[in-house]
Amino acid sequence: MHYILRNGRVVDPAHGRDGQFDVEVRDGVIVRVGTTLAAADGVTVLHVPPGCVVTPGLIDMHVHLREPGQEHKETVASGAAAAVAGGFTAVACMPNTAPVNDSAAVTRYILDQAAAANLARVYPIGAASVGSKGEQLAEIGELKAAGCVAVSDDGHPIRTALLMRRVLEYAGMLDVLVIDHCEDPTLKGDGVVHEGAVASELGLRGIPGEAEELWVERDITLAGLTRSPVHIAHLSTAGSLRAVRAGKARGIAVTCEVMPHHFVLTDEALRGYDTNTKMNPPLRGSADLEEMLRGLADGSIDVIATDHAPHHADEKALSYDQAPFGITGLETAVSLTLDRLVHAGVIGLSRMVELLSANPARILKVPGGALAEGAPADITVLAPDLPVTVRAAAMRSLSRNMPFEGWQLRGGVAATIVGGRLVYRNTAVEALAGWLA
Amino acid sequence: MTAVAPVTALRGRHLLSIADLSPAEITLILDTADAMKEVGERTIKKVPALRGRTIVNLFFEPSTRTRTSFEIAEKRLSADTLSLAVSTSSVVKGETLLDTVDNIEAMSPDMLVVRHASSGACQQLARRCRSRIVNAGDGMHEHPTQALLDAYTMRQRKGRIDGLQVAIVGDLAHSRVLRSNLLLLRKMGASIRVTAPRPLIPAGIEALGATPCRTIEEAVDGADVVMMLRIQLERMQTLFLPSLREYFALFGLTADRMALARPDAIVMHPGPMNRGVEIASEVADGPQAVILEQVANGVAVRMAVLYLLAGGSED
Ligand SMILES: [Zn+2]
Ligand SMILES: [Zn+2]
Repeated sequence: MHYILRNGRVVDPAHGRDGQFDVEVRDGVIVRVGTTLAAADGVTVLHVPPGCVVTPGLIDMHVHLREPGQEHKETVASGAAAAVAGGFTAVACMPNTAPVNDSAAVTRYILDQAAAANLARVYPIGAASVGSKGEQLAEIGELKAAGCVAVSDDGHPIRTALLMRRVLEYAGMLDVLVIDHCEDPTLKGDGVVHEGAVASELGLRGIPGEAEELWVERDITLAGLTRSPVHIAHLSTAGSLRAVRAGKARGIAVTCEVMPHHFVLTDEALRGYDTNTKMNPPLRGSADLEEMLRGLADGSIDVIATDHAPHHADEKALSYDQAPFGITGLETAVSLTLDRLVHAGVIGLSRMVELLSANPARILKVPGGALAEGAPADITVLAPDLPVTVRAAAMRSLSRNMPFEGWQLRGGVAATIVGGRLVYRNTAVEALAGWLA
Repeated sequence: MTAVAPVTALRGRHLLSIADLSPAEITLILDTADAMKEVGERTIKKVPALRGRTIVNLFFEPSTRTRTSFEIAEKRLSADTLSLAVSTSSVVKGETLLDTVDNIEAMSPDMLVVRHASSGACQQLARRCRSRIVNAGDGMHEHPTQALLDAYTMRQRKGRIDGLQVAIVGDLAHSRVLRSNLLLLRKMGASIRVTAPRPLIPAGIEALGATPCRTIEEAVDGADVVMMLRIQLERMQTLFLPSLREYFALFGLTADRMALARPDAIVMHPGPMNRGVEIASEVADGPQAVILEQVANGVAVRMAVLYLLAGGSED
């Protein structure tokens, strides 16, 4: 198929572009980006609706797809469907499946399921240690050869400083990124929410922000020792961000990601004990949220990712202290980012595209992140002014565990194109009715 | 002085948290408890106020004292009652809370009195249930009827709550009694000092309206009311305390320490007491102790709560 996306506002920070451009796609590849491209015979012209924005495909570098092993929560196919509905052309999935993705067999299984679903690109992240148990190095070379783009024991921190050192050295040797879930489990104890006045009032056991910060400091120190890059997953406290800034200033290869819920909600949302406000790291205090906003604006935060963590409604129906940690995020991230960051004046669209596309592509060393001629046509079309009402029932994820039900937000996804194929078209954007699915 | 809410103010509502009650509604409950207390002093301790109403006491966590107190209150009001001890170990995981309650709701009770080991369990149930719910203690969150009976006892002994200086000593971090009392005492105009070993002081205690003190002497000094909270043995395994012996040495309520309070101060304890751990026997059994009165008042206050929530014109 050969078509031109005509006269959309193209925001592509990797090429310094922000303006009206045409994007020509042929056989799944971007062939030209320019102004008023001529449409030869047989070339379809798709008019980008006024107000819509064409960006490189968004990449969510932190999701849990639950397959194999917990297909009642999510499958690779349902997760990929949720991804494209949320504007993501690619996701990187954490290895805490059952069995854990610590072998080429599991990696290949996930890739096969993703190929069968044929929606978003799925990049598996392998386990850093065997079974993510924190005892023995996983076969990171084999995982990389099978298609893993990074390693992590997410769900748990990489357990000891010695193991972390060895993982950084070994993965660094293979040019594989290490992603760590930072939390000192001995300080976290049996905490379930952020430690502070709200937790005290509600009688819920607290996790101090320092449990995360101790581990962030440890990982940055070890990244310095090993001269290997480390990526801090789901950073959530002001102190962690200060540590990352200081690490970057010392020249250490540390990057970090922040989840929408940590720049949109604080622990005040725990009142009422909705278990869909329970995730790890927990919703923090307002000073932490303010610092996340500063970090998103000043460039010290590299990535927005979702930590999409589907759980079945029956699991979330337990009491607050017993319900599992985690919320879904793939289908709300773009609207929350547009509404709370872009329209609120915290960041511009170009920075949004860096956080959601260019930077995750660069950090994971995967294709995309830019509308480059000759590259696969992974493209997201945003509708920044579209009024959106968040409805769990309308989502493609198999799970509904998110705390934004009924929220009215400004901005959403108009269309998602993967490898030149239109894999998602938002029916609420009527001007797209003519686009071929 | 204090306004009193109309007698119908609480009808049809849940009692989940003291936070949901206005000072006038708290006063209504305490005034109603006065009338209920009189019922308990009769030869035939029974009124037909809740005849034909079904109340299920649903205890997901064992508690002989609170359950017995509710049962007596319900019987004195002539309600049809049923007590269910739902052992959490016998319930299949994932089927604990909402499923159990769905089953009981199918039998159309008017009211559920719920005790659960998890904070917030009663609020979660209330969103799901048609029946009225009375929180009989949810995890470390709240125990509203305990705070009401404490307030009743204070008012009975001191004639008021407004302006009282209350010292609360003990396991602040894990106490639902503390949280309900802080809410109630603040609403009613008392001032509160608290003290405990530092690991047992919850983060942000000032935001909950209490002034933390470093020593028990400082907390008790000039107090009208000294309220002791129970210390549990497992706090040593979880690194909150080195030993009960040291706890008593540093924070136990002895006669010497009690002498720092006002001469007419009262000593309260929600029970069950650990003598020689949080309180010396000579204080627990001394003239200032009102611990058994609290137990007696508990029945009257619970009668008042049940009556005000479930009573009504249908009679
Ligand atoms: Zn994690
Ligand atoms: Zn995760």
